[in-house]
Amino acid sequence: MINLTRVVLDVLKPHQPGPIDFARRLAETSPGLVVNLLVIEMDDKTHTLQIEIAGPDIPLDDIEHVINGMGGSLHSVDEVQVENSTTPEQNGNG
Amino acid sequence: MRLIRVLQQTLSLSQSSGLMRRYFVVNGFDGALTMLGILGGFYMGNISNRHTILSACFGAAIALFMSGLSAATISESAERRKALTDIEQAMVKDLKDTEHGVAARWAPWLIGLVNGLSPFLISLTILIPIFYQTEQNAGSALITAMALGLTIMFLLGGFLGRIGGSNWLVSGLKALTVGVLTVGIVLFLDT
Repeated sequence: MINLTRVVLDVLKPHQPGPIDFARRLAETSPGLVVNLLVIEMDDKTHTLQIEIAGPDIPLDDIEHVINGMGGSLHSVDEVQVENSTTPEQNGNG
Repeated sequence: MRLIRVLQQTLSLSQSSGLMRRYFVVNGFDGALTMLGILGGFYMGNISNRHTILSACFGAAIALFMSGLSAATISESAERRKALTDIEQAMVKDLKDTEHGVAARWAPWLIGLVNGLSPFLISLTILIPIFYQTEQNAGSALITAMALGLTIMFLLGGFLGRIGGSNWLVSGLKALTVGVLTVGIVLFLDT
């Protein structure tokens, strides 16, 4: 099984909710997620963020849904790390 | 639980807690002063009929509720719509179905409710002695109600002073002076 274990996202969001609430809401999406949020740029009404999310199996669709729900926009997925959690036995290679 | 979460998000996103607190005190003042004025008028006119006093004061309390609710809801709706449009332009995105859209729709009603309920509930509190008025204590019930009104004004002033970080006693006494002045003018007009 191929799991998404780390992504770096480029996100634009309004000033509210603040960065701490925003990161917390993303972390609530799935147990075991670690969210690292960096404010890259702060404009009059928006924040540009770089968000790094790590976890055993990141639900990217749910993450995007939460970002949209808070009024943000996922501009791009800049980095991805996936992991093949299938054991050789499961894969049938003995 | 979901309703509580929506309310919390609305208050947080619209950042309207401070505004609601101001509206609560300002319109609470209106309610207390209006009741003081009406009760002072009844006292000077030597009108002690419980039904007459309650009808007049209750009518005024309802008018204050409607005035507070409608004025704040209408003005805040316009403000929140403009704020949402500004954010939408900055985000280049429609935010109506997001938490910002929900907050823009709910915040005016929450603020309006506080703005309307504050004078209404304070008015009802001041009227409590009138509810228990009997034929024997008609005059003293009016005085007790006015004293209650002045006490509430002092407490509202003290509350303002406390959240503003200034001396709550001084702030309370300032508000009390306004109430005493109001009653004084009403009594002076009768002479």
